[in-house]
Amino acid sequence: MTPPATLVEVKDFKSEVHPDWCPGCGDFGVLTSLYKACAELQIPPHELMVVSGIGCSSNLPGFIRSYGVHTLHGRLLPFATGCKLANQNMTVVGTGGDGDGYGIGLNHFIQAMRRNIDVTYIVMNNEIYGLTTGQVSPTSETGMKTKTSPFGNLEGMLNPMALALAAGCGFVARGFSGQPKHLAELYKAGIQHKGFALIDVFSPCVTFNKLNTYQYFRERIYKLEDAAHDTGSFHAAMDRALEWDPKIPIGLFYRNPDPQPSLDTLDPALTTGVPLVHQNCTVDAETRGELIREFM
Amino acid sequence: MSEPEVVVGIGGAAGDGTASAGNTLVLSMARQGIAGYSYNSYQSVIRGGHSWLRLRFSAKKPLNQGDQVDVVIALNQDSLDRHLQELQPGGICLYNGAKFQPSYDPPAGVQLCGLPVPDLAPDSAKLPVMQNTVAVGAAVQLMGLGFETLASVFETTFAKKPAVVQKNVEAARNGYDYAAKNFRPLATPLHPTDQKWAQCSGNELLAMGAALAGCKFYVAYPMSPATHILEWFANHAKRLGICVRQVEDEISVVNMCIGANHMGVRAMCATSGGGFALMTEAIGMSAMFETPAVVINVMRAGPSTGVPTKTEQADLNQAFGASQGDFERVVIAPLSMGDCFVTPAVAFHVADKYQLPVLILGDLLLCEGSETVATEVLDVGFPIDRGELITTADGPRQEPYLRYKDTPSGISPRAIPGLPGYLYTSGTDEHDEDGVLLSDVFTDPIRRKKMVDKRHRKLSTILEDLPPPILEGPADAETTLLGWGSTWGVIKEAAERLTAAGVSVNHLQIKTIIPLHGDDITAVVEKSRRLIIIENNHSGQFARHLRAETGIVADGHIRKYDGEPFEPKHIVSAVSDIIDGQTIVNVLSTEPGWRTDHPTGTSGPWEGLKQVTRPGVPAKA
Repeated sequence: MTPPATLVEVKDFKSEVHPDWCPGCGDFGVLTSLYKACAELQIPPHELMVVSGIGCSSNLPGFIRSYGVHTLHGRLLPFATGCKLANQNMTVVGTGGDGDGYGIGLNHFIQAMRRNIDVTYIVMNNEIYGLTTGQVSPTSETGMKTKTSPFGNLEGMLNPMALALAAGCGFVARGFSGQPKHLAELYKAGIQHKGFALIDVFSPCVTFNKLNTYQYFRERIYKLEDAAHDTGSFHAAMDRALEWDPKIPIGLFYRNPDPQPSLDTLDPALTTGVPLVHQNCTVDAETRGELIREFM
Repeated sequence: MSEPEVVVGIGGAAGDGTASAGNTLVLSMARQGIAGYSYNSYQSVIRGGHSWLRLRFSAKKPLNQGDQVDVVIALNQDSLDRHLQELQPGGICLYNGAKFQPSYDPPAGVQLCGLPVPDLAPDSAKLPVMQNTVAVGAAVQLMGLGFETLASVFETTFAKKPAVVQKNVEAARNGYDYAAKNFRPLATPLHPTDQKWAQCSGNELLAMGAALAGCKFYVAYPMSPATHILEWFANHAKRLGICVRQVEDEISVVNMCIGANHMGVRAMCATSGGGFALMTEAIGMSAMFETPAVVINVMRAGPSTGVPTKTEQADLNQAFGASQGDFERVVIAPLSMGDCFVTPAVAFHVADKYQLPVLILGDLLLCEGSETVATEVLDVGFPIDRGELITTADGPRQEPYLRYKDTPSGISPRAIPGLPGYLYTSGTDEHDEDGVLLSDVFTDPIRRKKMVDKRHRKLSTILEDLPPPILEGPADAETTLLGWGSTWGVIKEAAERLTAAGVSVNHLQIKTIIPLHGDDITAVVEKSRRLIIIENNHSGQFARHLRAETGIVADGHIRKYDGEPFEPKHIVSAVSDIIDGQTIVNVLSTEPGWRTDHPTGTSGPWEGLKQVTRPGVPAKA
């Protein structure tokens, strides 16, 4: 990141477009925390690329003043990976929902963690499909009644924390949009982590999820920072990841104490430090001659 | 053709070394100025089965694999039994006489050339592939060529292993000398020329052509017959500074490709039909974002998994219908391996200038097949024009920046993300000029229509930037033969033969499929009495497209969908059938070498097929 000429403030990230989320939606807290984190990290808006999928939460890039793309359902991570590889100077943040990332896009999620691309992935997890008006999600609790599980969800509940740890994610955290200051700290740490960072956020859907409400989370969550948790221990993180009822941990679960270099620093085309987009793309005549001679 | 030519067929099982024997032979020819065209017919097994590599050589560049075989190199008993019967009088069959014997008498006038491989290559007991080297040496002798260029090929192939070079040169030399003493050479020897040829596959040329056109990012998932593009890029990534990634599926591939393009890099991806099916949703995203994308579909026989190692031109409908909605796309189909080299440059240019997805339709024949290309054709620097791309924040600019500005041309100046002062968000949702979504408001008919019109307006000048149809032969010919993409070379040769036989034909080949140069095509077709469309699919996908775009209804159709490519003789014969009154001629490859036992026992109704001449076919057990 180049140091900005003037101090970057929260207002610099506020878009003229007012979010069209339902009043009280958890995603407001996700958004304001992101403004705060980016301002505190002094990221110039033009060096921030926010990439989303499809869903209520994926409208987020339209509400932040930066570069942004609102891609296809489930495909934000491949798109964001392409962005980061093409211009490694950009801070790339992915924002989407649980259906987007843990349902239709699950393969990409696992592969992106294994691939360790330097993207910070914020999942607004409301345990329901909101934009399609209230259907069951991969993170819906077993037994939960929704429009498409009227007799209760028969399927198991995906555990993104445990999955991320198993997939080799070097930075695994969970926040709660009811605690935006805490959330902003997680974002800052995630963005500063050189590699893939997952921040799953409990972001209640006030319209369609009557189970996982603000109240539900306030009664259950506790902060790992207050629990003498060792964030450098994979096994401790996995133990915490498996906790759900009656107490649910939030905060930083795991930060790899021996972080692996991210893909965008390893690819041979990217090791010069010059982003791909600014590299010379012509091939000189001598090299061209060599390429032709390979066929002779 | 008056220029002497030789078609060599190398048959063996997967793992027998047909490809490397063929490569050695082709390179040794190319290095003495003799052009070649190769097509390998193979099956989807890693070891065993049968593969049949045909190499056509001549000083006059062959444009297809031909339709007969002059020299058979049989690397196993199966190949000997299959292909011996295809030889014409004067033909030669080379094989390891110490291991194999023909199961039947050869056709009249065919020379059986059993090679005493253990005597000529003592290592062959341990290294069975040495029989290939002996046979290649013998073939070079019988084609009337010198030995030195063949030796030079071993020297470069095994540059780091002098002992291997020596063994191969000795074995080849022994085969060469043995053939001189014991066999009769071909009646029409080949002659070296001074032309410098490069020997390359369509896949390699698509890759190299893209790299020279400024491609800095290539991403793919392995899928036959497109995988070699990925391998070429992977092998050259470091040297050329290209970011090359293999990722989890074609959905990821195309989204990553568009992501890189969105940031301002020229990025490309390739796949075959099944992978392209997964990519289709994102093709519409490229159109909606107005972010360029170049996507190659190397077609193979479908539907579904289809016949993965066989060729077909049947994904045209898929290209037309890739992704929902009504949007602008370009579809181009290279005409030859050499044309594969220039096609990515055209695709990138148009994709950048008009900010839309460009699909390149190759096929297995074109992309896995190879031909010699004159080096001067490859030694060109493509001009790189990124169109209305804003890459620095230095110049004067209008405030506020409208990424999707409604301009007279429909093309909106595109700022690459990362520049101060040009912030915008792109949405797959409909959006206004500033990128702000229209989709979440109650309704906005005026803006919605404006944006659809703006994107469509880009097409008004695009034909000028795309390769027009190529007419060869007299404009006033009675019959026009029309093909698209990879059939150019085979139709061209068929048209030449028909013309030589006194049939009045010309040949119109289409490279740009969408949009279509409809006026140009109409002008040609209006002058001829009969239009025959030739395509490598069952239902006549291009014929339907032409009719939809121009109202032109063809008088005859020549189609092939049996897995094997057209040969000139198929077209010559089918044109006669159409002139005689048939409307649709479905061509079939019926040479006995294609005859294959089905896993559950039958080999298909081969009896009584047209064109079949099978002297002395051994009884199948």
